Amino acid sequence: MNAALPGAFTPAPSFFEATARQRVQQLLDAGSWREFLPPPTLASSPHLAALDMPGAFDDGVIIGAGLLGAKAVLVAAQEGRFMGGAVGEIHGAKIVGLLRRALAEKPAAVLLLVDSGGVRLHEANAGLIAVSEIMRAVLAARAARIAVLALIGGSCGAFGGMAIVCSLCSAVLMSEEGRLGLSGPEVIETVMGFEEFDARDRALVWRVTGGKHRYLMGDSADLVEDSSAAFRQGVLDCLGSQDTAPATLASLRATQKGLRARMTRFSSCRDGSEVWAGLGISAPQDVPLLERDALIGLKKGLPA
Amino acid sequence: MEKLEFTLPACAAPASRGFTQSFALCGVVASGNLEVLVGAGAAASVCEISVTTSARGFAPIWQALLSEFAAQNPAGGTRIAINDMGATPAVVSLRLGQALCEYLGAER
Repeated sequence: MNAALPGAFTPAPSFFEATARQRVQQLLDAGSWREFLPPPTLASSPHLAALDMPGAFDDGVIIGAGLLGAKAVLVAAQEGRFMGGAVGEIHGAKIVGLLRRALAEKPAAVLLLVDSGGVRLHEANAGLIAVSEIMRAVLAARAARIAVLALIGGSCGAFGGMAIVCSLCSAVLMSEEGRLGLSGPEVIETVMGFEEFDARDRALVWRVTGGKHRYLMGDSADLVEDSSAAFRQGVLDCLGSQDTAPATLASLRATQKGLRARMTRFSSCRDGSEVWAGLGISAPQDVPLLERDALIGLKKGLPA
Repeated sequence: MEKLEFTLPACAAPASRGFTQSFALCGVVASGNLEVLVGAGAAASVCEISVTTSARGFAPIWQALLSEFAAQNPAGGTRIAINDMGATPAVVSLRLGQALCEYLGAER
């Protein structure tokens, strides 16, 4: 953006703290970003207006095209600070349109910078339909052998419908700060009670949904540091190794069998640390404080 | 929610500062925050501002703050749109300055 003052200390930009617009700028090759439907092209959410609430010019998501390592990519980035990155009708339609465009343009990948609590409840059925349309569009893109990568490293993590969307992607990349889970911590506590899950215990929340746990469980293909540069490198590594072959019935059945076995194996666990002990980690209590590289090494040494 | 419209006299932005972009957007619509979108306006001598705010009853304060902004900045020839969720006047001034600087391609 602006040139730093000479001699000024400039820390590596944090992905977690950046806005959606900053993340896109930092992730892509300099000057390559081209936004689709930039403000004020679109109207703000009519549903929020009906509820007498101000909307955002981009409805909380920006979409566009750019280059990453000179490879053409399409990108959608959710703004977690606007209504928790929740998916409304216009927000969802923008992501669906981007994924459909990928079918025609055949980019090297579609990158979804997810930062969302899920569906925007204010928009009710329109929001739910939007999320299901995103799911369908992700699967259509993957069926056309286009890699769809979910990058999770924002303050809202990826929950609800957007967690399902992430799980449908070709691969998920997370930072330790990122979280992935179907029901959010507060939802579990509200429905099942404080005894089941204490949503105020942030360390517990991260031990159950955080990037390190998801990486150890194999739900996240890679664990990256909290910087746009690290996510950028993660995407490049992933594009080099990504198998874009669409899922077959046999591969889906195998995945389903694996998930069922995992559920049985860890069904009695009450905490991420118990799961890590079950994976064969001798000092699970040390995992939350491990550096990223040490954790990668730890996972490589685990029994298969 | 309240919608407010202002057309305020303002100095034209110096022509030497070539517009580097068609619009500039600063801030996020979040509690105590706002987003400011700056684009080209109709007349060089005025700054047109439309505000959508979640807080009702603050029109006089918007009028005072925006008049001062238009009088003290080269905001002529711009059209500014604001989505606000209860930002304080200090935050509004900060975002307006930020967005105008970015739009004019000036160094902060």
